[in-house]
Amino acid sequence: MVSRSTGTTTTRVIGIAAIAVLAWVVVSAFFITPADFQQGESVRIMYAHVPAAWIAYLAFITTGITSGISLARRHRTLGFDRVAGASAEVGVLFMGLALITGSLWGRLTWGTFWQWDPRLTTTLFLFVTYVGYLAVRNIDGDPYRRAKRSSILALLAVLEIPLVHFSVVLWRSLHQEASVLNPDGDVRLDDMMLFTLFSGVVAFTLVFVWMVIHRQRLATLRDMQQGVGLDAAIAARRNEGAAIAGGGQ
Amino acid sequence: MKQALVVARKDLLVEFRARLLLVRVIPFALLVLVLFAVALDSEPLILRAASGLVWLTMLFSTLLLVQRTYDVETQDAALEVLLTSAVEPVNVFFGKLFAAFVQLLVLSVLLVFGAIVLYGATVSGSNVVLLVTIVVSAAWGLASVGTLYGAVVANMNGRDSLLALLALPVLAPLLIGASRATEAAFGSQTIDTASGWAWVALLAVFAVVFSAAGAAAFGALMEPEA
Repeated sequence: MVSRSTGTTTTRVIGIAAIAVLAWVVVSAFFITPADFQQGESVRIMYAHVPAAWIAYLAFITTGITSGISLARRHRTLGFDRVAGASAEVGVLFMGLALITGSLWGRLTWGTFWQWDPRLTTTLFLFVTYVGYLAVRNIDGDPYRRAKRSSILALLAVLEIPLVHFSVVLWRSLHQEASVLNPDGDVRLDDMMLFTLFSGVVAFTLVFVWMVIHRQRLATLRDMQQGVGLDAAIAARRNEGAAIAGGGQ
Repeated sequence: MKQALVVARKDLLVEFRARLLLVRVIPFALLVLVLFAVALDSEPLILRAASGLVWLTMLFSTLLLVQRTYDVETQDAALEVLLTSAVEPVNVFFGKLFAAFVQLLVLSVLLVFGAIVLYGATVSGSNVVLLVTIVVSAAWGLASVGTLYGAVVANMNGRDSLLALLALPVLAPLLIGASRATEAAFGSQTIDTASGWAWVALLAVFAVVFSAAGAAAFGALMEPEA
C-alpha cells in the first residue's frame, strides 16, 4: 500500500534544516549585518532577492536537464518528468519572489520599480515562458503524452532564453555589475554580509529541494489516483454488464 | 523536399479557396494599424513607433494564421491521415512552414506599405534591400515558431490562448530585432543602416534555430499515442 503522506525521514531532516538556516538568515539579515554605506537599510532586501533569483535559475536548469533525460529515455518512467514539472513550479514561485523583491529594491535604490535592462527583461520573459510551460502541464490527459509534450517545451525554452538574452543585451544595457561574481575577482561585500547571503542561498536551496520532493511525490500520487479512477470505472461497467447478463437469464 | 512542396501547395490551396487571409487576417492587421494610430494620437509619436507597431501587428496576425491552419488540420484528424500516408513529419513541418511563410510575407509587405501610407514612414533607395531582407527573414522566423508551437498545442483544449502564451515570449527576440532593423530602414536618427544589418543577422539566426528545432521536434510531437 502506498503511503498517504509525501513526507519521509529525509524530507523531515531537510525541512528542519531549512527552518534552522532560514531563522539564522532572518536574524543575521535584520540585526547582525550592517546597513550598506550607499544603499542603506534597503540592502537587506538582497538577502532574500539574490537567493530567490539563484533558486529560480537553479530550478529552470533542473527542469531543462531532467526534461532532456526524460526525453532521451523516451519517458520509460515518469520520474524525471515529474521532477521537471515540480522544479518548474517551484522555480516560477521563486522567480516571482525575485521579481517582486527586486522591484522593491529598485524603487528604493534606482527610484523606479522597473528598469528595461537585459537581466531583468530576460528574467521576465523566462518567468512568462515557464508560466506557459506549467499551463501546458496542467492540462489533463495521458501522463506519457504530457511528459513528451512538456519535455519538448522545456528544451525549446532552453533554446529560447539565450536568444532572448542576447537580443535584449543588444537592445540595451544598464544593470549594476554583479558584485559578488565580478570578473576582477575582488569581492566588495562585508564578510558578514557575504556569509548571510551565502546562508540565504543554502536556506533557499534546502527549501527548494524540500518542495520539489514533495511536489514530485504529489504528482506521482495524482497520476496514480487518475489510474485508480479509471480502473474503478472499468470495474463498475464490468459489474453492470455482468448484472445485466445475470438479470437476463 | 518534393513532399514538403506538396504539403505547402495543399496548405496554400486550402487558404486560397477559403480566402481567410484576404477576408479576415489582412483586414484585421490593417485595422490594428489604424487602432494603434488612434490610440497614440500624435503623428510624431506614431512615426517614431511605426516599425514596432508593424511587427507587433505581425505577431498577432501570425497567431491567427497558425490557429487557422491547425484548426483545418485537426478537423477529421486530417494531419494524422497525412502522417500515416508515408509523408515524413519533417516534410510536413517544412511544407506547413513554407505555406505560412508565403502568407506572412504577403501580409508583412502590406503592413510595411500600410506604415508608409498611414504613418508617413519613408524608405530611401538604398534601404529597400535592407527592408526586403528584414521582411523575408522575419516572416520565416514567424512562420517557423508559429508552425512549431501550433503543433505543440494542436489537439489541446483551450489551444488558442495557450498558443499566445507560449509563442509570444519566444517571439520576443524577433520582435525586438525586426522592429529595430525596420526602424533603421525607415531612416531613423537613432539607428544607422549598419546596426540595421546587425539586427537582420539576429533575425536570420533566429529563423535558422527555430526551423531546425521544429524539424527535430515535429515528428515527436505528432507521434501517435503509444
